[in-house]
Amino acid sequence: MGMSEIDPAFPALPLRRLADAALGRARTLGAEHADFRLERIRNQHIRLRDGSVEQASDVEDVGFAVRVVHEGTWGFAAGIDLTPDAASRIAEQAVEVAKVASAVNRERIELADEPVHDDVTWASPYDIDPFTVPLADKTELLGDWSRRLLGDERIDHVDATLMQVLENKFYADTAGTVTTQQRVRVYPVVNAVRVDSQTGKFDTMRTLAPPTGRGYEYLTGAGWDWDTELESIPELLAEKMAAPSVEPGSYDLVIEPSNLWLTIHESVGHATELDRALGYEAAFAGTSFATPDKLGTLPYGSAVMNVTGDRTARHGLASIGYDDEGVAAQRWDLIRGGTLVGYQLDRRVAAMNGWDRSNGCAYADSPATMPVQRMANVSLQPSPHEISAADLISRVDNGIYVVGDNSWSIDMQRYNFQFTAQRFYAIRGGELAGQVRDAAYQATTTDFWSSMEAVGGPSTYVLGGAFNCGKGQPGQVAAVSHGCPTSLFRDVRVLNTVQEAGR
Amino acid sequence: MTPQETVERALTLSRADNCVVLADESSTANLRWAGNTLTTNGVTRARTLTVVALVNGGSGTSTGVVSRTGVTDETLEGLIRDAERAAAENAPAEDAGPLIAPEQAPTEIASWDEPPSETGIGVFDDFAPALGKAFARSEAKERKLFGFAEHTMVSTYLGTSSGLRLRHDQPSGTVEVNGKSPDFSRSAWVGQATRDFTDIDVDRLDDELATRLEWATHRVELPAGRYETILPPSAVADLMIYLYASAGARGAHDGRTVFSKAGGGTRVGETLTDVPLTLRSDPGAPGLECPSFEVAHASGSASSVFDNGLALRPTEWIAEGKLAALQQTRHSARLTGLPVTPGIGNLVMEGDDPRGGPSLDDMVTGTERGLLLTCLWYIRPVDPQTLLLTGLTRDGVYLVEDGKIAGAVNNFRFNESPVDMLGRVTEAGRTGKTLPREFSEGLSRVAMPALRVGDFNMSTVSQAS
Repeated sequence: MGMSEIDPAFPALPLRRLADAALGRARTLGAEHADFRLERIRNQHIRLRDGSVEQASDVEDVGFAVRVVHEGTWGFAAGIDLTPDAASRIAEQAVEVAKVASAVNRERIELADEPVHDDVTWASPYDIDPFTVPLADKTELLGDWSRRLLGDERIDHVDATLMQVLENKFYADTAGTVTTQQRVRVYPVVNAVRVDSQTGKFDTMRTLAPPTGRGYEYLTGAGWDWDTELESIPELLAEKMAAPSVEPGSYDLVIEPSNLWLTIHESVGHATELDRALGYEAAFAGTSFATPDKLGTLPYGSAVMNVTGDRTARHGLASIGYDDEGVAAQRWDLIRGGTLVGYQLDRRVAAMNGWDRSNGCAYADSPATMPVQRMANVSLQPSPHEISAADLISRVDNGIYVVGDNSWSIDMQRYNFQFTAQRFYAIRGGELAGQVRDAAYQATTTDFWSSMEAVGGPSTYVLGGAFNCGKGQPGQVAAVSHGCPTSLFRDVRVLNTVQEAGR
Repeated sequence: MTPQETVERALTLSRADNCVVLADESSTANLRWAGNTLTTNGVTRARTLTVVALVNGGSGTSTGVVSRTGVTDETLEGLIRDAERAAAENAPAEDAGPLIAPEQAPTEIASWDEPPSETGIGVFDDFAPALGKAFARSEAKERKLFGFAEHTMVSTYLGTSSGLRLRHDQPSGTVEVNGKSPDFSRSAWVGQATRDFTDIDVDRLDDELATRLEWATHRVELPAGRYETILPPSAVADLMIYLYASAGARGAHDGRTVFSKAGGGTRVGETLTDVPLTLRSDPGAPGLECPSFEVAHASGSASSVFDNGLALRPTEWIAEGKLAALQQTRHSARLTGLPVTPGIGNLVMEGDDPRGGPSLDDMVTGTERGLLLTCLWYIRPVDPQTLLLTGLTRDGVYLVEDGKIAGAVNNFRFNESPVDMLGRVTEAGRTGKTLPREFSEGLSRVAMPALRVGDFNMSTVSQAS
C-alpha cells in the first residue's frame, strides 16, 4: 500500500527529547506505566454561502500529554511548552493527579500487553496535501460548484463547505514503543435549498460524497464524480418538493450505503464498543444491549449479516498504523452470520475482560485529551455474488428505496432508532415509482437487522462515514468510516414526520 | 510574553489594513466515574492565539483567520504573516464592515492588565472526598453511581486595530450524577451547573438520586401516545437551547428556517404562543454571567469577526409569547432591517407570574394524571420546517396520579417541535438555574421554569433503561 511522506516539520520538533524527559520523570516517581503523546493537528474550515465566502479559518493545535498508571490509578496532564523541563513537570502533574484521584478510585488499572513497536512510522495514502493548495483555488472551486447550482432557477440557496485535517501524532511509552504517524482527511459537501416563496415551504438536497481519508485529489475527481452529482441536484430537489407525502405503515426497504452507513454507525458501531457495553458510558452516551455475557450467542441480525471492525481499510477515516496506546491496527469480526462475536477494545477493557490483546481502538482527538476507546471502521460485508440495487428492488412489491443520510437518533441502549434520508422513492411491483417525502424509518435494532433478507454484491459497496462522531466527557470527536452494500429489509415501520408534528 | 503583551505585539507587527487579535488562556480540571469508581481524570492548560487580518481591496475587504495553540515569542510573527497571506488569497467578505470603535464597546469591563485566571485539580478539594464517601454509601446501599465533574476557566483578551482592549474571564462548571440499580433497570439523574464548586452539596444530590430510585421500584408500562407531561427545567433547557441555536436572523431571512415568513422576511413580531413566556439573554444575569461583548473567532451564519468587541445588551428573543428578536450580526441586521442583536452566552425563560410561579413539587401535586420527566436525550432535528425534533426520555419518567408519584414508567422516543410546543404549554413553573442534560457543553448558563404540556408526543416506546 502506497504511503505518503510524513511532513518533515513534524519530526523536526523535539519529539524524543520531550518523551525521554517525561517518561524518565514518570518512572522515577513510581508510575508502572507511562506514555507520552505529542500531536500537531491542522484544521481548515471553508464555508461559502450562496457563493460568497462566509468562513475560511485555519486552526493549528500543537501540544503534548503524559498519561500514567500510578499505583493502579490513572493520571493525565497536558502541556503546551515544548521543552524537556515542561515535559518533566507535566509528568509530575500527571502523577499528582493520579494521587488525588486514588481517593476515589476503587478499581486497579491494568493494561493488556502489546508487542513493542520500536520506532515505526505510518502515513495515510493520499496524493495532494490539502494544506499545500492555495486558499484561492479552494474558494474558486467551491464557488464554481455553488454557481452551477445557483444558476438553476429551481435552487434558491447553496451552502458549500470543505473541512480538511492534517493530523500528526508521536507516541512513546515506557515499554519501548515509539510511533510517528500522519493522517489526511477531507470532507467537501454541498447543500442546496429550495424555497417556495408563496407557501414558505422549503427543503434541501445534499451531496452524498462521503468524508474520506484522501487528499485534495478527492475534489478534482479521484474517488467521486462531483460533476454528475451536482448536475443531478436541482431535478432531485424539485421532485422532492413536489412528491406526495408518505402513507405511514410497514414497508420493505432497500437502503443505499449512503444512508445505511449511519444506521450501522448508531446501531452496530456504538453498540459493540466494549466500554459502553460494560457500563462505562452509562451516565452519558449510554450503554448497550449487547452485553458481554451474550458474546458468541446474541442473535444480532439475520444470517447474511457479517460485520467487521478494522483500522486498516484504505482511505478509512479510522484507519491508522498504531493507536494512541501503541497498539497496531487490526481487522476482526464483530458480527458473524448474525451472531455477536466481537467488540471494539482498548488496552484497559481488554485486560479487564479476558482478552489477551487490545484491537487498537484507543484515540484522543487532541494533544490535551485523554485517549478513550473510539469506533473503528465498522462495515457490513457484501455478498460474494453480483447482486445489484436493481436486483434487490425487483424483489419488493410495496416498499421504499432510501438514499442519503439525514436525521438520526437512537436510545441509550441502542434499541429504538429513527432515521430519515436525503430522498425516498416508492417501490411498486419491483420498480421505482417516483419520490415520496416526509418519511422516517423507525425500529428496534435487533428486529431491524433480523429483517435484513439480502445484501448486495461488491459493486454496490461504498465506504461512507462521519467526520465528527462525538463521545466521552469532556467531549471528543473522531472520524470513522462505514462500508456497506445496498441491502434489503422486510416490514420496517415508516412514519410520516408531518403527522408526527401534527395533532 | 503575557497574553496582553502578545496582543499588543501582534497588533504592532500587523501589516494588514486592520487586525483583530484574540488571546485565550484556558485551563480545565475534570473527574469522571462509573460503577462507584473513578475512570478518568485530567487537568489541561491551553493557550490559543487567533489573528484576523483584514485586507482592503478593489472589491471589498478580505479576511485571513488563523488560530494556533502554543504560540511563542519566536513563532508569533509567522502566525501574523500566515493570516495576512490567507487574507490576500481570500475572496472579499460579505459581512465586511468597519471594526468596532471604543464607543461601541462596553465601558465597564474587567481590568485589561490583570493576569489570566486559572483552575486546577484543587477545585475538587472538597468535592472529591465527598464523592468518595458517596461511592462507599452507594456500594452499601446497592446502587451504582456514574458521572462527570468539570471546571473550566477561559480568560479572553481581545485587541483590535480600532483601539479596543477588552478582557473577559469565563468560569464554567458542571456536575452530573447518574444513579442506577445494580441490574441497571432503574436509573435516575441529577445535575448542577456551578461557577466554582463551592455550592455543590454531594450529599443532597445523592439523597435526591436515592429518592428517585425508590420511586422507580414500582414500575408501570405505558403505551406510546400523547400525554400530559411536566418537563422539568433541565428538559426545557435542552429544547430551548435548540430553539435558540435555530434562531439565526440570516437563515430566517433566507427563507430556510422555522422563523422564516412565507413570501419573504422573518417572523419577528409574530405571536408564537398565547402563553406569556419570555425567553431572554443578559450578560449580567446573576450567576449566569457571560461576555458583555461579542467574541468571534471566525465568521459564521450568526457571527462575524468584524463585530468583535460590540457591546451586548440584555435581549428578549421571545417577549411574552411574541418573537421579538433573532441572533444577528451587523451584516444580517442590515439585510433584515432589524436591530443588531447578536447572540449572548446565557439563556433565561420566565412566565409572567409576579409571585414566580409554582415549584416543581406544587406542579406534581396539582396533576391528576400525567408524566413527570427527568431529562431528554439524543435530541436531533427531523424537519427544519417546523423544527420538529426527535429524542428520548431518560433516567426517570414518572407517572403522577392524584398529585403523587405512582411509579416509574418505560422510556419513550418523542417527536416534538419546541416552537409548536410553546403554544401548548398549560402551566409554567418557577424559573431556576438548571443544567441542560444534552447541550451543557454548548451552553451551561441557563435558568428555566418547569413546563406543563397537555399533549406531549411520546411517539414510540423505548425499552432502554
